[in-house]
Amino acid sequence: MPEAPRKIRVQCVINGKAASLEVYPMARLLDVLREQAGMTGTKEGCGEGECGACSIEMDGVLVNSCLVPALQAEGTVIRTIEGIADAGQLSAVQQAFLVHGGAQCGICTPGMILAAVSLLSRNAQPTESEIREALSGNLCRCTGYTKIFESVVEACRQQGLGK
Amino acid sequence: MRQGLRYNFTTLRKEAMKDPQIGKPVPRKEGREKVTGSARYVDDLRFPGMIHGVTVRSSIARGKILDIQFGAGIPWDEFTIVTARDIPGKNCIALLMEDQPCLADRFINHPEEAVVLLAHPDKYLLEEARRAVRIETQPLPAIFTIEDALARKQVIWGEDNIFKAYRVEKGNVEAAWGSAEFIIEGEYETGAQEQLYIEPQGMIAQAGPGSGVTVWGSLQCPYYVHKALVRLFGLHKEQVRVVQTETGGGFGGKEEYPSMIAGHAALLAWKSGKPVKIVYDRAEDMAATTKRHPSRTHHRTGLMRDGKFLAMEIDFTLDGGAYETLSPVVLSRGTIHAAGPYFCPNVRIRSCAVATNAPPHGAFRGFGAPQSVFALERHLDRVAAAVGLSPKELRLRNFIHEGETLAVGQVVREKVQMEKLLDRALELSGYHEKRKRFAAENAQGPVKRGIGFASFLHGAGFTGSGEEYLASEALVTATAEGKVRVLAGSTEMGQGTNTVFAQIAADALDLDCEQIEILQPDTSLVPNSGPTVASRTTMIVGKLVETGALAIRKSLMDAGLLKADYGTGEFAEACRQYIDKFGALQSLVKYQHPKDLHWDDGTYKGDAYGAYAWAVYVAEVSVDMPTAEVRVEDFVAVQEVGKVIHPVLAAGQIEGGVAQGIGFALYENVVWQEGRMMNGQMTNYIMPTSMDVPKIRVYFEEIPYARGPAGAKGIGELPLDGTAPAIANAIAHATGADVREIPITPEKLMELLESLHA
Amino acid sequence: MRSYVPQYRMATPRNLADALERMAREPGAWRPFAGGTDLMVLLEAGKLPHRQFLSIWKLPELRGIEVTPTHVTLGALTTYSEVRRLEVLAREFPLLCRAAAETGSIATQNRGTLGGNIANASPAADSPPALLVYDAELELVSTRGARWAAFHGFWTGYKKLEMRDDELIRRIRLPRNKSGWTQFYRKVGTRRAQAISKVCLAGAALRESGNIADVRIALGSVAPIVLRAVATEQVLREGKQLTPAVVRAAERALAHEIAPIDDIRSTARYRLGVAQNLLLEFCEVLAN
Repeated sequence: MPEAPRKIRVQCVINGKAASLEVYPMARLLDVLREQAGMTGTKEGCGEGECGACSIEMDGVLVNSCLVPALQAEGTVIRTIEGIADAGQLSAVQQAFLVHGGAQCGICTPGMILAAVSLLSRNAQPTESEIREALSGNLCRCTGYTKIFESVVEACRQQGLGK
Repeated sequence: MRQGLRYNFTTLRKEAMKDPQIGKPVPRKEGREKVTGSARYVDDLRFPGMIHGVTVRSSIARGKILDIQFGAGIPWDEFTIVTARDIPGKNCIALLMEDQPCLADRFINHPEEAVVLLAHPDKYLLEEARRAVRIETQPLPAIFTIEDALARKQVIWGEDNIFKAYRVEKGNVEAAWGSAEFIIEGEYETGAQEQLYIEPQGMIAQAGPGSGVTVWGSLQCPYYVHKALVRLFGLHKEQVRVVQTETGGGFGGKEEYPSMIAGHAALLAWKSGKPVKIVYDRAEDMAATTKRHPSRTHHRTGLMRDGKFLAMEIDFTLDGGAYETLSPVVLSRGTIHAAGPYFCPNVRIRSCAVATNAPPHGAFRGFGAPQSVFALERHLDRVAAAVGLSPKELRLRNFIHEGETLAVGQVVREKVQMEKLLDRALELSGYHEKRKRFAAENAQGPVKRGIGFASFLHGAGFTGSGEEYLASEALVTATAEGKVRVLAGSTEMGQGTNTVFAQIAADALDLDCEQIEILQPDTSLVPNSGPTVASRTTMIVGKLVETGALAIRKSLMDAGLLKADYGTGEFAEACRQYIDKFGALQSLVKYQHPKDLHWDDGTYKGDAYGAYAWAVYVAEVSVDMPTAEVRVEDFVAVQEVGKVIHPVLAAGQIEGGVAQGIGFALYENVVWQEGRMMNGQMTNYIMPTSMDVPKIRVYFEEIPYARGPAGAKGIGELPLDGTAPAIANAIAHATGADVREIPITPEKLMELLESLHA
Repeated sequence: MRSYVPQYRMATPRNLADALERMAREPGAWRPFAGGTDLMVLLEAGKLPHRQFLSIWKLPELRGIEVTPTHVTLGALTTYSEVRRLEVLAREFPLLCRAAAETGSIATQNRGTLGGNIANASPAADSPPALLVYDAELELVSTRGARWAAFHGFWTGYKKLEMRDDELIRRIRLPRNKSGWTQFYRKVGTRRAQAISKVCLAGAALRESGNIADVRIALGSVAPIVLRAVATEQVLREGKQLTPAVVRAAERALAHEIAPIDDIRSTARYRLGVAQNLLLEFCEVLAN
């Protein structure tokens, strides 16, 4: 019989709000976000850091939340898909996905949008190959990537226009 | 407002429309939810008191179950435990046959077969418990290859391991061989392919002897699940309810299998009295659920010096895995598509689907056609070379035309322009110039380039009398506020069902898509529109939706409540008055099988499909000779589809299908060991990333199909047929390698190249 | 999730000294946990044998970069993303930047560390071939003090390290002596991105008056460890010129030095063929 399990308390900021969560130290941050913080927008597609459906922003960088132990979320600033729109106003990336067919079944979409947002925060005018590389950690089975790519290009254009 | 004309297939007149929705890239109905992360997939749902379920599976391929032991260290009294003994109805997953058990009882027939179900509130403890269950077995000899199945090394199913066999005879193949100036043979193989929807399978169930069974989950065919649960629990139809949750990809992988996982969740719910959620992790999903049927095809083609086909003899075999599931239907489609968009006076197709001790293979976009079309199109490039014709010339001399008969004897009654499609595709891809240039440039440097194509067709809808048998229905209703609702059993899984139905209904009623609501498929609310498969949803069910919406419009006009040129406000007012006066405003439309379509199941001849989409795909590849890595550099997809309802969704279907085809051709290799998939992780089962797929260039031609909504035909599966053979032909062009099987991994290609230069 | 998560413990040491003390007190009981990109995959698969981890991810003593006239020294927690952004590495140690760019995905690169990669000791790792070519040295620390060890020879067998249970990798030091060398790196994976390597070759050579004065060649995924192809290097060093005979001899030496296997991703035959072809490619680059 496994020994009595111990939980710890982790404090972090999720989508701009302070969060205090009681977690097993090595619970996956993905599960903590989905089950305890109520952020079901972040998805599990593979549990091994290959598909990127669980992508979030942690302290400003893109990470696969299925590979982050809950303890290491202590003191971090986390942004999930729920925090991308601004008070109901869709971001340029989200709007572009909507108009250009970037989302089909939608399960890869939250992670894909996080990856795109992360790219554009580092590089406002990426080249075609930079976009492809930035999204290569997010697998999509529906779109063949063409319209995801077009959506990101359009979002760059919109951001460049100051929209 | 934009003006538009539409052709009204009911009134047979062109009518002015204020703002046609069809042909316009209207916003995806559930798009906002998807881009904000608020769309609810099954694992996002939580019910009060819900507990979790897991499945304990067999580790052997075949044998007898002797005992089930529950190890020490687990508080078993806290668990709900279900075995075959707990099944109230019949222990089967009812589909075409009832040969597949829901839970193995005394015998195991494939690795990962489900034996025991466990439920508990603690997901972590549940996993410990799963590991602590030991299934004691006595192994029996198993078979894993088509050869062993046909040779009856062990008889594991029926009398002879054969799920189904077909024989198509056209003309007189025997007599033809004598006259043929060339006879070319070849054997071709395709491997299993995992659907790899990014959302794994999942179900939530609530059930009890008093309350019946309700399931919510990721699925394509609510009524398939309904039928299976009715049988499993021995209930009446009204006691079972199936609700589709937002589904993260299906591609056929959620056609049959959801009935199994729904049954499991429901059994645990039935016994525990609590809602039960089962969601597979990726490893379990890959190991235990269906895959594309592996295939083996033998071609023998006789033709004259002028390149005209004289005879085609095709032997097409599928590996069906341990139980029948849908193998007869996959075989059927593969058989009918085996001879392609060509005219050949003498054709014999012998096909069969055999049993092996692997988890049953199942539906995957294309459904038998990708297998037989790969063989045909790869074979025809070899035939062309043998006869001294270019691949293009051979096709041009044999393309079928209106009035001629396909292999199953179907007279083509639509306008077919394969020559035009071929010309267009070759021009758009720069084929001729590249064929010449690559031949010259390939002499130098470590990278060789090639360009190849495939020409093909794909029948939309169920085969033969299938649609008649399905007897699909759709319901269109209007509320007193003028909101229109479409109720159909067709599911949205990314392909755009919701949006396309809204466009069709909107145009029929001269409204905006915003006013059309598509109900979430729930068998307690929506009629049975048949499964969401076979490229039928837009063409067949969309037509029912169109008919229903037109009927509502007609009812309002006939009642004198609506004049010719009305706006949203007038429409709402008319609905209000109608409902006030007559009660409900609705139209239940039942599928009417066209009287002029005849199919004979016995001889396997006749009108196989109401409509075909026709296509030519061109692939340009580069092969890095030192590593035998293949890269698809450019891809052109040209197809004639009747009518493009939504330009972005339609192109999205082709692009996504081509990407899956690229995986099928180059990357997606299932490593088998005694019936078990060994590389069931995304790290080791390789699907293309954004860096592995070029920009896919899609072009549509439209020759309206009279029976499709606004003229549309089905397109969902089409891209899976032509992508892999186009790539294989391109590799052959680049390197001279005689590609005969897919996936053509670098390891296999290197061996082929070495034997070439030996 | 195939592991019983509640039974796993993770503690956050106050600083490096605290971490080393815990590891010394109970040798082998506490395992260092950096970015977790390898260990969490094992946890998910139910294949993580250890139960207690020390989260060293935030320890500042393990981060940073130091540049002297003779060496560039990186903290063990330097992530692949950081490697890709360091100018001095792009200029003088480009193979390491190449390797980092080909490791996993951007999300993995943000969390994966050089130290973690070395400690994980996978023969398919992408950075170690570059580290071997650059004659990297590792600083290992414990309560007993610090020591430097050559990375070459640090891996002694499949997933075996010349490292004690109470030691941590603190820094990785690269001598700044390869600037004039011709450098080469090629990873052949299962696909263009997010791929596990089937064969990887890193090479660097110094040419003086048209002769090969010195050379380093390292390969991944063709042996139980990432290895320096010392016999192959010797053939080229002794041969001095890249004549067909010398190149053929080098190919033969390579075939004897490596031990590729059939596994879930590839075959021994393919790996051997590709390894030799990559060597040829390296020689071609050198010749031009």
